[in-house]
Amino acid sequence: MSSHQESLDALTAIPGVRGAMLTNRLDGIVVAESIMEDVESGALAALATSLARRLETAAMAASGGTAGFLHLQATAGALFVSPAGPDLLLVVIGDKGVNVGRTRLEMTRVAEAVG
Amino acid sequence: MSDDIRGMSAELAADPTSLVFLRLGEALRQAGRLEPAAKVALQGLTRYPNLPEAHDLYARVLVDHQDLESAFDEWDTTLRLDPAHGGAHKGLAFLYWQAGDLASAKRHLEAATADLPGDRQVLSALAKVQEKLAEAEARPVPAPDTVASEPPPPPRDLLAPQPPAPRFEVEDAPASAGAERSATPMSDQLLEDDGLLLVDAAGMRLLGTLDRAGGIAVADRVAAELAGVSKEANRAARLLALGEWKSLALETGTANFVLAAPTAETLLLLMRDTAVPMGRVAIGAARAVDAARRWLEESA
Repeated sequence: MSSHQESLDALTAIPGVRGAMLTNRLDGIVVAESIMEDVESGALAALATSLARRLETAAMAASGGTAGFLHLQATAGALFVSPAGPDLLLVVIGDKGVNVGRTRLEMTRVAEAVG
Repeated sequence: MSDDIRGMSAELAADPTSLVFLRLGEALRQAGRLEPAAKVALQGLTRYPNLPEAHDLYARVLVDHQDLESAFDEWDTTLRLDPAHGGAHKGLAFLYWQAGDLASAKRHLEAATADLPGDRQVLSALAKVQEKLAEAEARPVPAPDTVASEPPPPPRDLLAPQPPAPRFEVEDAPASAGAERSATPMSDQLLEDDGLLLVDAAGMRLLGTLDRAGGIAVADRVAAELAGVSKEANRAARLLALGEWKSLALETGTANFVLAAPTAETLLLLMRDTAVPMGRVAIGAARAVDAARRWLEESA
């Protein structure tokens, strides 16, 4: 099992996390994933990458800073995106009750390990 | 520097993820070293933005800094994360007492007793509040010019360092508690905020200003970039079976952002320095969304 896969499995072990993946930052192609059956990984990668890119553009215009941790909160769940090195994005999808703090912390660890 | 503080500082330096920052921050606060205490609390909050104890710690430091409004926000956040948090209830009771709102102080102290049964500070403060309320009830109705008489001296001991006093809490603050604190229309205050932007679906700025470091105005450019974010967020949430999107939070190296949609056709952005914890930015954005909705209704 690759180290990427082990890191993603650690993320999906968090209660409420339905899936975690590493995608290519530029084209949204999945590099590694640990996803539950009900999540369509291709759509998740594409949507998360697109949203992160659009927000990064706005953030760059506003503050000049590069995008870090992104958290989309919705009524039935949450989407998290974090840079993982210069080329990858770490994407996590969670249920409504997922512990955001713990997920963020674990994502930071994984992103640092990958980067 | 005491050995305890030195030891905890070393422990935190060796493991920045350690929760020892909670005890270290409190020890620094009790030693009167407020700047390092604030730094430790903020670093902890950055790492654990959803840890109620971290917000509680920072609130106590803010009270010592006499920044009572920010302390209120921190305890409000604490209670959103843990509605039964005794320390936050205790702190809010203190703030309400200071403001002369004895009924709210009593409500928070009663909530604090549920989480901190037998806490002598809480019981003592509750007895004082009940006594003052009874006095007020027994007093004849004052003439109009005496209504604004000064509130009773606050039970400062509520915030005093007490061993072990790791938690010192208050009760569930109502969502509208912030509005109760000011007679000025909140919408006016919130929407004049530098760092707040309200844009329409076409990327046109409706309200707000945004300046980058050096005073460079970037509001219109950012508004244009935000066009379509709401639709994109909605599309992502729907296709991923997440329901309706409520907010987007983004951290960058230089600022924290929260986006939310006051209406289907508008998007609100609140930007704050990274020193402001994301939880507080989110609370500020939620209040600004309410204000923006009122403003939009009035402007229609």
